[in-house]
Amino acid sequence: MADPDRTGSHGWRGELGVYRRLVGARIRSDWQYRASFVLLLVSQVLVAGLDLAVIAVLFGRVDALAGWTALEVALLYGLGGVAFAVADVFASQAELAGRHIKAGTFDRFLLRPLSPLLQLSAGEFALRRAGRVVQPGVVLAVALAGTDIDWTPDRVAMVPVALASGTVVFGTVWVLTSSVAFWTVETQEFGNAFTYGGNHLTQYPIDVLGPWLRRLVTFVVPLAFVAYFPAAYLLDKPDPLGAPSEAALLTPAVSLALALAARAVWSNAVRHYRSTGS
Amino acid sequence: MAVVALDGVVKEFTVARRAGRFRRERSVVRAVDEVSLSIEAGEMVGYIGPNGAGKSTTVKLCTGVLVPTAGRVAVVGADPTRSRTDVVRRIGVVFGQRTQLWWDLPLRDSFDLLRHVYGVHADRHRTNVDAFVDLLDLAGFLDTPVRQLSLGQRMRGELAAALLHDPEILFLDEPTIGLDVVSKEAVRSFLVALNRERGMTVLLTTHDLVDVERLCTRLLIIDHGRLLEDTTVAGIKQRYGGERVLVVDLEEPHPPLEVPGAHVVRTDGPRQWLRFSPDRTAADVLARVAAQAPVRDISVEETPIEDIVRRIYEEGPR
Repeated sequence: MADPDRTGSHGWRGELGVYRRLVGARIRSDWQYRASFVLLLVSQVLVAGLDLAVIAVLFGRVDALAGWTALEVALLYGLGGVAFAVADVFASQAELAGRHIKAGTFDRFLLRPLSPLLQLSAGEFALRRAGRVVQPGVVLAVALAGTDIDWTPDRVAMVPVALASGTVVFGTVWVLTSSVAFWTVETQEFGNAFTYGGNHLTQYPIDVLGPWLRRLVTFVVPLAFVAYFPAAYLLDKPDPLGAPSEAALLTPAVSLALALAARAVWSNAVRHYRSTGS
Repeated sequence: MAVVALDGVVKEFTVARRAGRFRRERSVVRAVDEVSLSIEAGEMVGYIGPNGAGKSTTVKLCTGVLVPTAGRVAVVGADPTRSRTDVVRRIGVVFGQRTQLWWDLPLRDSFDLLRHVYGVHADRHRTNVDAFVDLLDLAGFLDTPVRQLSLGQRMRGELAAALLHDPEILFLDEPTIGLDVVSKEAVRSFLVALNRERGMTVLLTTHDLVDVERLCTRLLIIDHGRLLEDTTVAGIKQRYGGERVLVVDLEEPHPPLEVPGAHVVRTDGPRQWLRFSPDRTAADVLARVAAQAPVRDISVEETPIEDIVRRIYEEGPR
């Protein structure tokens, strides 16, 4: 049986068009409050600049971390950071599901012939979050230019693949943790431990984490695939704990598997909401 | 074919109640208790009941928001539980207390966005918008942000928004709640026209029995999740409305009068209201009143539908 919550008869192209329009409506709505809209954007740019300065100072002082040079760590940071920021723009809205359920406004999503997740993502779209892509983007560009990478075609392809997969991984973590809201209603903090916490983990070589936590991040919350394995692949670094460098090639598969799992859990959560009404 | 068909529909909720510092007691509440009903195309049905009777839950079951615990729901020939998007594409829904519109944008933008949400053809959309702007007199505030509209204007906008995709049935959950007399009347005349001219099937929940008398051919009364009555407005008046009320203005205030076959339901200074059963005549009751106290003026009232409904809630159906 086809799950009616996933596919409207718009087709995915049509849904993308509706998504674009709904995001546009949200941005125009925010633009009604011009002063706060502009202030938020400006503060985002300032914060991004400040972040860049902090990163520059940090990498300027550190020579090497667990056998990684400062620029190599910057590559790691950039890969994870960009993926996180893009996921933040498109998927972090899932964590507002709990608030909509509490306020009773989630019903409105169910009354329209579109996926509730798509409506949530578009309806709570915040343009200012896009500003957060700038800082890790610059770091990534600098790192890609500055590190000694042997640019074979597969390595060239690895950069967009790693970024896309990483975005999917962070996005699914948001969707997965937000799904809990349908059972408990109050979960934003719970989710943040994985999302914001996860972002911090990816910014360091996982060797520093010790074997137990390392296994956890590799297999339970496969955040290692977001940055560590792709970076090691790009730099042709052997994994000190013995994982083959081809582990990076699994990145898209891991993100796809996670996406499927998140989709199933989310649909289940919506079904649960529809049967309990709370 | 029935547009809406409910067959033995049950909806239970688990509610947790604090019992002691940490302990929570869970209990199961039946919001809808074995409700069966069917609504044919072109009908205008009033769904009434006190707060918490299960009205809104029934509407949510019909619109696919909620899934029934037991029983079957069929709306426009499909099961909203399984094919939610198919069903919502073919129904219109207005919740009086919640907006479907984009709060910070002009009303016109909401209409345009809904065209894309429902995938309505541009020509069809233009025809519909023009028609509803005309019928609901929206032209004056089409370019005003929704948050700046009065409640009455907004409700007219909501009605248009719910109808732009040519639904086969319109569900209205308390469409006149909080509206002033003029706005209520505007909504009512629009609904009458919609039903008469376009044959629109309408199910509306309301607390305002004027809505029911003005709009509905058929009346469903629900309380504690159970369907108590499924009848016509005329039928219910005939069955419960046999009793009438004699209003007497006495020369001066008097303790409640004692009249066999009638009883005082209300007093206000020298005025008293006596409800009397159908086997008494107004003249008989008046004669007995006049024997006790001098009467200045009288009038006879049919039992208002509100009293009938209140008595059905209190005493159960006959």
